[in-house]
Amino acid sequence: MNIPANCLYTKEHEWVRLADGAAVIGVTDFAQGELGDVVFVQLPPLGSTVKQGDSFGTIEAVKAVADLYAPISGEILEVNSVLDGSPEVINREPYTDGWIVKIKPTSIETEKSNLMTPEQYKDFTSA
Amino acid sequence: MKRNILALQSEMDMIFELSRNGRSGYQVPPTSDQLPEFEIPQELRRNAAPRLPEVSENTTVRHYVNLSTRNHHIDKDFYPLGSCTMKYNPKVNDEMSALPGFAGLNPWQTGATAQGAMQLMYELSDALLEVTGMDDITLQPAAGAQGEFAALLMFRAYHQKNGNPRKRIIIPDSAHGTNPASIILAGYAVTQLPSDSNGLMDTEALKRALDEDVAGLMITNPNTLGLFESNISKIIDLVHEAGGLVYMDGANLNALMGISRPGDMGFDACHMNLHKTFSTPHGGGGPGSGPVAIKEKLTRFLPVPVLTKTKAEFAWDWDRPDSIGSVHSFYGNFGMHVRALAYIKSMGGDGLRAISENAIINANYLRKKLSPAYQVFVDKPCMHEVVLSGNLQKQKGVRTTDIAKRLLDFGIHPPTVYFPLIVPECLMIEPTESESRETLDEFVEVMMQIDREASESPDLLKQAPYTTPVRRLDEAGAARNLNIRFYDDIR
Repeated sequence: MNIPANCLYTKEHEWVRLADGAAVIGVTDFAQGELGDVVFVQLPPLGSTVKQGDSFGTIEAVKAVADLYAPISGEILEVNSVLDGSPEVINREPYTDGWIVKIKPTSIETEKSNLMTPEQYKDFTSA
Repeated sequence: MKRNILALQSEMDMIFELSRNGRSGYQVPPTSDQLPEFEIPQELRRNAAPRLPEVSENTTVRHYVNLSTRNHHIDKDFYPLGSCTMKYNPKVNDEMSALPGFAGLNPWQTGATAQGAMQLMYELSDALLEVTGMDDITLQPAAGAQGEFAALLMFRAYHQKNGNPRKRIIIPDSAHGTNPASIILAGYAVTQLPSDSNGLMDTEALKRALDEDVAGLMITNPNTLGLFESNISKIIDLVHEAGGLVYMDGANLNALMGISRPGDMGFDACHMNLHKTFSTPHGGGGPGSGPVAIKEKLTRFLPVPVLTKTKAEFAWDWDRPDSIGSVHSFYGNFGMHVRALAYIKSMGGDGLRAISENAIINANYLRKKLSPAYQVFVDKPCMHEVVLSGNLQKQKGVRTTDIAKRLLDFGIHPPTVYFPLIVPECLMIEPTESESRETLDEFVEVMMQIDREASESPDLLKQAPYTTPVRRLDEAGAARNLNIRFYDDIR
């Protein structure tokens, strides 16, 4: 299973990658494997704010519908519009082309401690 | 083993492909010259005749009979689809509902000309109230989910009457998906609580979640893990103390009849799925029937019309100012009321209890017999269904979906899979009371063979099924690009 070293992870199987003051967010390889083929992603409106741990959208797969939880708090800067027409990109490239939203973090320094390192997430998913 | 892998079933032509110009299976009688003149407005007229299949009667009959043998149904074979209660439905119930006096009723008939039908509905109501231990009932809702919705509207009306409709309804994380959907439709927010380590409602988490914003709790008992909520009285007391109401999702009533009653447990409302527990063939898209039974404090909010009985006659009472309104045209799906009463009367009280007892025994028999090969999610005595996890098979490289597909090659409908969501690689098996020990043993043998195949040739399972007319379907494609039209040019 693919767990990139440059991301942090949540128990709800989201990843977050920090770059240039923004945070890119998606679901992990483990999550896409458990969900099966993704058929629909409901995205939040641009400019809305989310709190760490809150649901900001839903991801619908053949087997189940799951909430998407914000790994960190912040403002929605961008959503991946490719997911509208081709949600299956999440199954193929969960960490790159299958990203879901970009957030402008507001309290990343204090919230970081609630996230898992790649090593911790690896242990978490193999437990 | 008695049960072998089926022979390959060939694909079939669609009814449209059987069509031949000018062929007909029915003669339309000549139009009467007594019909009143009626001009259909131009904008409502079609420009071309509908392209319906033109087929003879025997072609039509053969087509659908053949189609039915390629489909799966309870009259054909075992159907252990958890939470759906796919029990055998005695044919006598269908015969009763087809009696001309019932089948020929017109919903616009006056009550005076339908007293027999109304008496039947009244007697069914009484019987269902006895089974549930409740005070009052509506037969209107067309299915379980609509029953939930109707009850939540009554909860809202009750709170509104007391000055505050409140904001939230609590459900456990093992709830049926219809529960949160009904809550949202009724204008409430959903608060979902995690189950405890025994798969039951966590009473401590419930205590923390309760406040004056909570309108109520929805809970399935036995729950979707097939477990009886052993703290149910305490749970209900807690919600009542906080001023909330408690709803029982009655999807699993088949485990309780004659043994335990939602009304006695303290529930304020519950639905029954007549199509599950009370024997109407279902699974093909309907119709369903989901009566809601309630406590007296909710009576004034019942959907109109309410069936009443005076010394002289049965009547419909529309004069209920606090009613939530109608939730179904006319009086509900009446044919199912006939089937349900026929079933209840032919079983009798002792028979209903025996149904639930045997449903529980059958599920526990499968739990014991399957546990050497499959992980039982909560390995304790269960009620009418047993929930397994395919975790052990997953370690061999086979997923639950592969196990489910392989069962089709043996002529068995798969159990419910991947629900409840809290169980990894879930297989939810409800054998029902109507299956013999021989059928259960055959199912166990097949499941054991599939487990051996998972060890010896996992790739075999990943390609299953082999014998069905169509094999693995593109489920994602079906969800994303649904197209069920035959003619390309009207896509």
